[in-house]
Amino acid sequence: MTEPLTVLDPTAEATPGQRSLNPRPPGLDGLTIGLLDISKPRGDVFLDRLEEQLTTQGAMVRRYAKPTFTKPAPVDLRHEIATQCDAVIEALAD
Amino acid sequence: MYDRGWSDGLPLVPPTRERVLRMLEGTSRSGDEVVALMPPNLVDCTVEKVAVNSVMAGCLPEYLPVVLASLEAICTDDFNMHGVLATTMGVGPVLVVNGPIATRIGMNSGVNVLGHGNRANATIGRAVQLVVRNVGGGAPGGVDRATHGSMSKLGFCFAEDEAGSPWTTLAEDRGFDRSQDVVTAFCGEGPRILVDQKSRSAESLVRMLAEGLLASVSPRTVMGMDGLLVLSPEHMARFGDAGWDRPRFMEEIGKLLVVETDGILAGAGGIEEGLPEGLSGLTLPKFRPGGLLVVHAGGPAGLFSAIIGGWLNGPMGSEPTSREIIR
Repeated sequence: MTEPLTVLDPTAEATPGQRSLNPRPPGLDGLTIGLLDISKPRGDVFLDRLEEQLTTQGAMVRRYAKPTFTKPAPVDLRHEIATQCDAVIEALAD
Repeated sequence: MYDRGWSDGLPLVPPTRERVLRMLEGTSRSGDEVVALMPPNLVDCTVEKVAVNSVMAGCLPEYLPVVLASLEAICTDDFNMHGVLATTMGVGPVLVVNGPIATRIGMNSGVNVLGHGNRANATIGRAVQLVVRNVGGGAPGGVDRATHGSMSKLGFCFAEDEAGSPWTTLAEDRGFDRSQDVVTAFCGEGPRILVDQKSRSAESLVRMLAEGLLASVSPRTVMGMDGLLVLSPEHMARFGDAGWDRPRFMEEIGKLLVVETDGILAGAGGIEEGLPEGLSGLTLPKFRPGGLLVVHAGGPAGLFSAIIGGWLNGPMGSEPTSREIIR
């Protein structure tokens, strides 16, 4: 009988923290909604339309943009959105 | 190992304790030293984790310093491995090795240099990608969203033919000494061969190369994407015979790598892709200053060179990044 082969773990051996989504708000009236443009072409076209729709439903809209779509949003920007908004919508576009 | 998601699709060498310990003998660095903050999960990656993945990739211990330096190069804000991994474009780190280490560890800079058949070339690039996959957590279908992908995502590493070149090396061009061991990471796709079997003069060949390079990535991209040109020995001989050194070549090809924007505006020629109307009437360079990298490699026979198209460059995308290889 052959010995079992032991191999070392090639992964980071880290378990990502699980965070649940916030509960869905019952309505938009009075909420502050962040619209995050990842800076892809025409993302603003999509977000402009969303802003119109959200505003007519009573939400206040704040606009944000990543410096470049190729890199994760800077931590300061994420913090700004988290502290200023009740919810955020991120636009991927081309 | 395959079922655990550790493989790139090819068989792996089991990373037993003995093999990993032997791999660690390839570097003077401590196993618990952190090499880089590995994207996309942004976790500390130790020398030992790199060694484990290097065993799996099939590396010999003497390759480990090249793998470590490559990871240091790509895990920078400049190179932006996170974006390179995540983009829908089929690009990955193309690793060019300069310096005495290339010969010492048996890297290929000659026949079939961008292909198969050399253990160091094949496994160094593969090890780098396995680290991104296993330590960083970046796998196809997850953060890796490439539409087609390319061989540069499996592992793309080669050495420059320095001994056979009349020019300074890529590393020298980037500020290093010829005696230093250096790896340069370029974000690129797979190679495309450019044929010119008729040019007998430097003046003719440089025009042909420029014509091919103008289509790199797309004939309608200007300045936003870099390029890597791999000159074959027979093509290089045209320039060497004419007495052109690297600066002269770059000057001459730079004059030819220009685009009249009117021909590549959105809508021009019935093609909706293109530059905005506001850029009409301009003459722009195909590549930004420093955006064309040139290396010498390939077999002794064959009147071809290879073009490796890049990706979004500079602070908005990826910057070619060099690191000294430390044993």
